[in-house]
Amino acid sequence: MIEVKDIYKSFSGNDVLKGISGKFEEGVTNLIIGGSGSGKTTLLKCMVGLHQPDSGSVLYDGRDFTPMTYEQRIEVRKEIGMLFQGSALFDSMTVEDNIMFPLNMFTDQTRKEKIERVNFCLERVNLAGKNKLFPAELSGGMKKRVGIARAISMNPKYLFCDEPNSGLDPKTSIVIDELIQELTEEFKTTTIVVTHDMNSVMGIGDYILFLHEGKKFWEGSNKEIAHTEIKELNDFVFASRFMKAAKDKF
Amino acid sequence: MNFTNFGRYILLLKSVFRKPEKLKIYLKEIAKQMDYVGVGSLGLIAIISTFIGAVMTLQIAFQLVSDFIPKTIIGSVNRDSSILELSPTISAIVLAGKIGSAISSEIGSMRVTEQIDALEIMGINAPGYLILPKIISGITMVPMLVIISMFLSISGGYIGGSISGAVTPSEYIQGITTDFNPYTIVVALVKAFVFGFIITSVPAYEGFYVRGGALEVSQASTRAVVISCISILVCDYLVTQLLL
Repeated sequence: MIEVKDIYKSFSGNDVLKGISGKFEEGVTNLIIGGSGSGKTTLLKCMVGLHQPDSGSVLYDGRDFTPMTYEQRIEVRKEIGMLFQGSALFDSMTVEDNIMFPLNMFTDQTRKEKIERVNFCLERVNLAGKNKLFPAELSGGMKKRVGIARAISMNPKYLFCDEPNSGLDPKTSIVIDELIQELTEEFKTTTIVVTHDMNSVMGIGDYILFLHEGKKFWEGSNKEIAHTEIKELNDFVFASRFMKAAKDKF
Repeated sequence: MNFTNFGRYILLLKSVFRKPEKLKIYLKEIAKQMDYVGVGSLGLIAIISTFIGAVMTLQIAFQLVSDFIPKTIIGSVNRDSSILELSPTISAIVLAGKIGSAISSEIGSMRVTEQIDALEIMGINAPGYLILPKIISGITMVPMLVIISMFLSISGGYIGGSISGAVTPSEYIQGITTDFNPYTIVVALVKAFVFGFIITSVPAYEGFYVRGGALEVSQASTRAVVISCISILVCDYLVTQLLL
């Protein structure tokens, strides 16, 4: 479980996060949603230590991450897998080398064992046999899936996904969402997905944290989100004509 | 570089020299960088050094018009100029353009495409993994390139002098073997070591802290080359003053 307590973060006097708190349970898909500039990516980066919060704490199963030393953070980070918005695959490496990279760095496995692990991860994301391709040869959806394969290669306890559906067509988005949910349930990871994609919200949002202008406005599940009276949340959820029509119909 | 940047540069270097996660992977990366910096720059350095040596001979011969000055001086002046100044400094400035811009662009692109963040999240010391192999390859391969450059520059002088008739081969060889002070080689190698460090670390710093997109990466690359060249010239003066 990951818990954030009263996180504040500002950049050059501009307050981006204003006292965010929340609990993200393991084995369920936790979503952080909000409009552009609401602070969701900043919150995610504070959680994984890419940004240092001005105040507040981030607890990984009770371990406070924020005051940790560099060496202590390394130990926690070995338990973290992350899928980036742009996949962040290493251009100079093949798919196989990308997935094998953390294994090379942190395990003493033999090459055969590492290859087996790579193949398992690739099969898990439906990319078996694509080992020798370079990132430049992959489509956007395939890059995301390789990103997921790399993220799960070390059997992470915590999985972070930053806008996993950005730049993908609706069908591929659903494939990625379902994959994230399956992996979360299969490996019992604490999964946190930052998104503003309403299909993801409705499809996999077991727990949803809604941010607006740097503040937590609402939390709940995808079953509850359509029935709230909070204006800011309704404006966000039912912004598209499709969602509005769906709401009116049901 | 203002003081803030200089402070960040020092802090980055502190991170660079942290204990590697896995030495084997770092060694592999160092070998790759040595190949790129050393072998990859050999042709360019060879061409530049040979022509500079040849031109130097012709220009020295042009200026020595007095019958009271022996022509063997041409070889001596060419030798000392090549060893002490031209080979280390010109090579370093050329390499700052070639290698420096490549390092800055590579690391800068990795920054804007979140590849550096990905390394950090994996628990890898990104400055160490990305920059340490480049610095080690710089401080080892640049001195080697400078030694080759010295040899080729002096040889270029011989060829230029012989073809043009500015100096006879025997006078030139007599000149380069008279009153040779081996200490000049030590000075040149110290310079090459310092320049190798600057050529790799300054562009790495510029690339590592890029914010934005393609435009900012190219601006960082330009800035890296400019700052490297100025740093090379300043350090050239300081090392010369300290050692000579």
